[in-house]
Amino acid sequence: MTPNGGTNGPAGVENVLRTEQLSLSFGPVAALKSVNLHLERGEVLGLVGNNGAGKSTLVKILTGLYRPDGGRIYLDGEEVRFRSVQDARQHGIETVFQDLALVDELSVYHNLFLNREYTRGGWFRFLRNRTMRAAASRFLDDIGIDIPSVDAPVAKLSGGQRQAIAVARAVRQENIKILLLDEPLAAMGAKETSLIIGLINSLSKKANISIIVIDHNYTHLFEICDRINVIQHGQVTVNKSLSEISLEELIEFMVQSFRRDVAAGDAK
Amino acid sequence: MNSNAPASREGSRRIPVSTIRQFIGQHLTEVVSALVAVALAIFFAIQSPNFLTSDNALVLSQFIAPFAIFALAEVPILILGEIDLSVGQMYIAAPFFVTYWHHAGIPVLPSVVLSLLVCCGLGFINGLISISLRVPSFIATLGMAFALRGIILIYSNGAPTNPIGSHMLVNILGGWAWSEAIWAVGIAVLLHVMLRGTTFGLHIVAVGGNSESARESGIRVERIKIWCFVLCALLGGLIGILDGYHLGSLDPATDGLTFMFYGVTSAVIGGTALTGGRGTMVGACIGACVLGMIKNGFLILGTSSFALDLVTGMTILLAMILNVQIEQATSMRGPRGSFSRAVNLVFSIVTQRGKGKVRS
Ligand SMILES: Nc1ncnc2c1ncn2[C@@H]1O[C@H](COP(=O)(O)OP(=O)(O)OP(=O)(O)O)[C@@H](O)[C@H]1O
Ligand SMILES: [Mg+2]
Repeated sequence: MTPNGGTNGPAGVENVLRTEQLSLSFGPVAALKSVNLHLERGEVLGLVGNNGAGKSTLVKILTGLYRPDGGRIYLDGEEVRFRSVQDARQHGIETVFQDLALVDELSVYHNLFLNREYTRGGWFRFLRNRTMRAAASRFLDDIGIDIPSVDAPVAKLSGGQRQAIAVARAVRQENIKILLLDEPLAAMGAKETSLIIGLINSLSKKANISIIVIDHNYTHLFEICDRINVIQHGQVTVNKSLSEISLEELIEFMVQSFRRDVAAGDAK
Repeated sequence: MNSNAPASREGSRRIPVSTIRQFIGQHLTEVVSALVAVALAIFFAIQSPNFLTSDNALVLSQFIAPFAIFALAEVPILILGEIDLSVGQMYIAAPFFVTYWHHAGIPVLPSVVLSLLVCCGLGFINGLISISLRVPSFIATLGMAFALRGIILIYSNGAPTNPIGSHMLVNILGGWAWSEAIWAVGIAVLLHVMLRGTTFGLHIVAVGGNSESARESGIRVERIKIWCFVLCALLGGLIGILDGYHLGSLDPATDGLTFMFYGVTSAVIGGTALTGGRGTMVGACIGACVLGMIKNGFLILGTSSFALDLVTGMTILLAMILNVQIEQATSMRGPRGSFSRAVNLVFSIVTQRGKGKVRS
């Protein structure tokens, strides 16, 4: 444990985010045992792991939704404890959740602005629907996401379109410093995938935003990531930059460890 | 990302193809309920010359107003996927709270305010038990309903009393024949603006639609739900006090559950989903009109009070079957069953025509 929270990335680059021995159990299920990871400024970190390894749980802790049982989170070297999602957002953490966090009944633009509505009337917080709709429409046009109408309820969109809306909602924020993407490409077609990949790349390079991406498609990850972490049974077991590991090696490693898990399971 | 700034020019590039078509599509159950209401009005007007008279308008308003206020109170809770069974008993209890405070030596108006605060407190307890302690709201509020009934019966010894108050205030509060209707309209407008025009309303719909998504978006789900229970109890208490002054006597043995169910039924007839996520204040009012007209209309036609319940039940069932079938026929899941198919066909023809009009 380093006393100064850790502004010491391997290449001497500043760590925007670092976790120390994060743990969380759901009753008897230890979803996270002891997660140590770090994220450098402007870096894209790929997080891989089998189903149930604890990736989404980690994201939900980093976004203030779950409180960890133990461990510490450092932002820019300072320890933080998130009291709520709002709190994490105020620290500049934006998230695309695996379930997308969209409300089917609401229109696209209401989803885009959910809990960050433009309002007037002070305490009453009257919605400024027309302003929001116009801004939503313009923003989606700007980043190249094509949907039939911002007035349509999200339920009427396709899976890929919904994902695009969820990503757009996260990257719309101005004070964003860290972006957490939990399988943002899972349901997307080739065109949308390359669009989102382009978006991620430009965000990390131009806006200097640090990103964690979770994806089961390693080919995609190798296109966007600088470094790969593998989570297994609630722990980070592999931490390699792209220069240290090839796509084939990663796949081989995952297959091997999967075989070992199955064998261990059979032995019990 | 400068598009974060408020838009300089209002209005979007993506203008909806046809606002009317979209409106009908989104508010189908409300539209159907309104049609049912009109059909009922025509039916009763043909059957009896006494239905469409100014005298009966007043009577009708007195049927509809309490249904409407109960329905309005339940709508936010129903949207959240919860239910408040205690609102009817809150209605019975509130005027007794007023007499209690008054006997304790407090003037009428402060007594009323104090009683409403007590109702809010009880609503808060409803919320705490069902949200924080995770007792299903159906049971939590049922317990509250029985407890309230017990308290009032003990307090009053089961004997009816009269509401207290001076003349002017009584008139405003419910003594004047039309005052309840005016309260109902006022509350409806307020709640409609709240539900459709404020972040609180938007968050109610978000939580009701998908509470996990709402939580992930940073909405404080528990807080929203508890506030809705408080609001419901407050409205229940308010209508109770109004009606107490309107009727001029308070009977502690009145069954509050029936009133509550009229409210829930009105809301559901007006398109509020019992499963949550959907509901409008306008729909609740339309539902209350339908229910009120059924009650009033069949009474005018001379239906015996025994048969009245039967007729009411059948009409409610009919209206709801129509509503559900039409909803299903036009929902995204596609039509199921022959009736749904037929309705869908009619609907698609209507909307096709709507499209043509817009193009020309
Ligand atoms: N809310 C919860 N309640 C109880 N158990 C949970 C909850 N959320 C996650 N778990 C458990 O924690 C473990 C980790 O789940 P998590 O969703 O983090 O996995 P994941 O790595 O995201 O998997 P996937 O690739 O399938 O998304 C699983 O065993 C899961 O059953
Ligand atoms: Mg996951």
